[in-house]
This record gives sequence, structure tokens and C-alpha cells, in this order.
Amino acid sequence: MPQPFSTLKGFGVTFKHIFKKPITLEYPEVKKTLYPRFRGRHMLHRHENGLEKCVGCSLCAAACPSDCIRVVAAENTAEDRVSAGERYARIYEINLSRCIFCGYCELACPFDAITLGNEYELSEYSRDDLIYTKDTLLEEPIKRSPIADRDLFDTPLPFYRTDS
Amino acid sequence: MTEGVAQAVLDLHAAAALVGAVGEAWWISLIKAFVIINLMMLVFSYLTLAERKVMGRMQLRYGPNRAGPYGVLQPFADLIKLLFKESFRPTDAVSFLYFLSPWIASFTALTTFSVIPWGPGWEIGGHTVTGYVADVPIALVFIFAIGSLGVYGFIVGGWSSDSKFSLLGSMRTCAQLVSYEVSLALSVLGVVLMAGSLSLPEIVAAQGRDIWYIIPQFVGFCVFFLAGLAETARAPFDLPEAEQELVAGYHTEYGGMRFGLFSLAEYINLITLSGLAITLFLGGWHGPEWFGGVSGPIWFLIKLCALLFIFIWIRTTVPRLRYDQLMRFGWKVLLPVAILNAVVTAILVVAI
Repeated sequence: MPQPFSTLKGFGVTFKHIFKKPITLEYPEVKKTLYPRFRGRHMLHRHENGLEKCVGCSLCAAACPSDCIRVVAAENTAEDRVSAGERYARIYEINLSRCIFCGYCELACPFDAITLGNEYELSEYSRDDLIYTKDTLLEEPIKRSPIADRDLFDTPLPFYRTDS
Repeated sequence: MTEGVAQAVLDLHAAAALVGAVGEAWWISLIKAFVIINLMMLVFSYLTLAERKVMGRMQLRYGPNRAGPYGVLQPFADLIKLLFKESFRPTDAVSFLYFLSPWIASFTALTTFSVIPWGPGWEIGGHTVTGYVADVPIALVFIFAIGSLGVYGFIVGGWSSDSKFSLLGSMRTCAQLVSYEVSLALSVLGVVLMAGSLSLPEIVAAQGRDIWYIIPQFVGFCVFFLAGLAETARAPFDLPEAEQELVAGYHTEYGGMRFGLFSLAEYINLITLSGLAITLFLGGWHGPEWFGGVSGPIWFLIKLCALLFIFIWIRTTVPRLRYDQLMRFGWKVLLPVAILNAVVTAILVVAI
């Protein structure tokens, strides 16, 4: 198409688009469904008998490339048994303002005690609030984001869900 | 001493006679000026919203829709945000000029609209109310003179903020504005020749008598429109800011409401230019004859909205020119066409 007509055709295209439906997802109201293996904020897990899976070995902290995990372990005693192993994590903190959500902690963990969940709305007014402690990490997360049907995506259930 | 004061008062009267407030009480002009300036502000603020909305729709987005229903409060949210921002300045800025230049830019932009007629004039309660704030007999010259003064705001603003990017930006802006002003001024010559007057109300009246000048002066209108696009720094000639590829331009070092004043000047210039295009080529406040009964200002507003929509439409559609293309287009295409148009019109006006 010669030059002036092609420009005019362009005007036609932009004008037609006014009457089309916008493709915007209006975020806080409409949320895009996440893939099942989306890496959001961390979760700590318990065994079915209520004992924590974490044994305080600090392998996650060693694997962490951004050095955002802090673990202080303590010995389990007979009257105060927290985890299934010999020791447990007395302090377990993740600084989410440093975390890059790479998932290496998940890979490093020998007991599948830490996994990355699906939650990604992590804004806070204060930086201190971004340091998540063990209590928050152990709690069941408030499900705020829809997750796509696992069967649609060929993702096998992770080990920690099938085997405890 | 007294003589000097008397002379000054006489001069003032002469000036009042020159701006043609004859037959109209001065306080009516004052009220009109107040109303018009506030209306301009309103049109400006909603033009920014409309631009974002229309552009969004053309790009399959919604545009701002959070502040109030359908985003109607967005301009006010923006205004409040700009007003509450910190008024900083670069340490080595020439402070007086740095503070002054946004005001020059916005003041000159607001002044030009005062001569554009938007109605036939009325008789309200025994008082004559004309359809313009001031009738300057040489209104077109006045508009171009004030428009060139507005360039000082951009040059001085860029220079005084002590930044090489601002300085380069202001050079870019001023080169573009100066070169396109020539074509802009020459393109209206045809209209002036046909109407035989430089006064805008008379040009409108002449168009009401015979024909809207867009038909005999179509070439002039095209040149005026394109030069006007460049003159108000709108896409595809928006090199003064070119937000995707350059540092902002002359207002790099400005923030808060001072930046807001620059952008206000830009938008008000756009509105004034549309008003001028309506007045010169599109019949002013006259409606089509077969569609009687609607008053002048309404027609003016309808035409204004249509032109502003076209400006936004062009911005979404056409990609930005390179700087050498811009200069080549201005000097090698628009200027010869404008001169040719003026000459041919002059010959035809004399011949017929």
C-alpha cells in the first residue's frame, strides 16, 4: 500500500480499537490464576503428628544465595519435643526483602520442611515487617491468589504432599 | 508628577480603546476573563484525563478508572499529588529565572485564549456581553507574538536549571518551535487575505456570511494543523520531551507543581491552537445552517472536542519523527507549501 494510504489505514486501526473490549485484568479485583509451581513466599511444614519437619540443620541458610535465612537450632528434650529429629529450629527467620524466590532452600532441605508457597502479595509499610518468623511461616497461609488446576499442568504432586 | 499620572491614565484609556472593550463595561470583561480562565483550567484537566482514557482504549487498556466513578476525579488527584510534592531546585540553578519560567510559559499560554471568540455576543439585563474577552484588531499578530514569548519560558527554564540535559532540551525545543512558527504564521495568511481582516471576530463573521474557510483554504488548514502539532509539541513532533527515548527536555530539573505548570502550558497551548483552528478555518462558533437553534458556545465546544480528539488520535497512531526528518519536513515541505498557498490565495483574491 502506498504511503499516505497506509498511514490512513493506521488511523482506521486505532479508531476501531476504541470499540473493542480492553484486555486489562483489573488486578486487585481480578487475579490471574497462578501456575501450581509458582514460587511465592515460604512455608514451613509439620508432620501429621504435629511435630515440625525442620530439624534446624541450616542447610537452607547455607544454600541461600542472598543470605536471607537465619536459623538458630536447639536440642530437643524429652519433655519439650518440637521436631522429629535430634534438634529443632529455635529461631527461623526469613528476610523477604532480601529473598529472591529462587527455591534453593527448598532443594537443599533434606526433610522437605521448607517449600515455596503461592502467596505473592507481600507489601508492608515497614521493612521490619518483611522479616517473617517461624510462627508466620508455620501457619496455614491465607489463600489469596487463585491457583490453576493442577491436573491441567503436568506437575506431579511434590514429595512432601504425598509422603509424610 | 500629576501630569505624568494623567498621561498614564490617558494611555490606559487609549489601550482600553485599542483592545476594544468599547460598549462593554469593564467589570463584565473582568468576569468573563475570570470565567474563561477557570473554564480553560477545567478543559485542561479533563483533557489530560480524556487523553489517557482515549489512548488507553485505543491500546486495549482502560486508562485511569480508580479515582471516582470512571476515574473522573483523576485530574484532581494528580493536582493534589503535584501540589504536595517537594519544591526542590538544583543547587546551582539561577533561582529567580528558575522559578519564573514556568509562570512565563503558563501565563502566555493562558493569555492567548482571551482573543478567541466563542459566541455571537448577547444582551443581558441591559448590558452588552461580547463573545470574547478582548477584541484586539490585530488579534492574529497578538496571538503569534504572545506565542513566541511563551518560548522564553522553555528556553530560560532549561538554561537556568544548570543541567546540560535541560540546556540541550531547551535548545531542541526552541529550534523546533521557532522553525515551525514560520509555517504556522504563513499558513493563516490565506485566511487573512480572504477575510480582509486580522481581527478574529471579523474573520468568524466573514465565514458566517459565505463559507467556512476549510473548503477554499484546505491546503492552508493542513499546513496550519501540522505546524500546530509541532508548535504545541504533540506527537508525532513531540521531540521536546520524547519521553520514551530522551531525558525529558527543558523541564528535566523541574518537579512538583512547577513541572505541572509546564505541562499545563503545553495543554493550554493545544487548546488555544484548536480554538484558533476553529476560528480561522472551521467557522468559529457558527453551526451548519441546516442545524439551527444551537447556540454559539455549544458549537464551539463541540468543534473543540472533535479537534482535541483528533490530536489524541494522531498521538496514538503516528510514530515520532527523527529530528532531522522534523527539520526537513518543516523547512522543505511545510514552508514552501505555506508560501505557495499564500501567494496563490493572494492572486485569486485579487483576480476574483
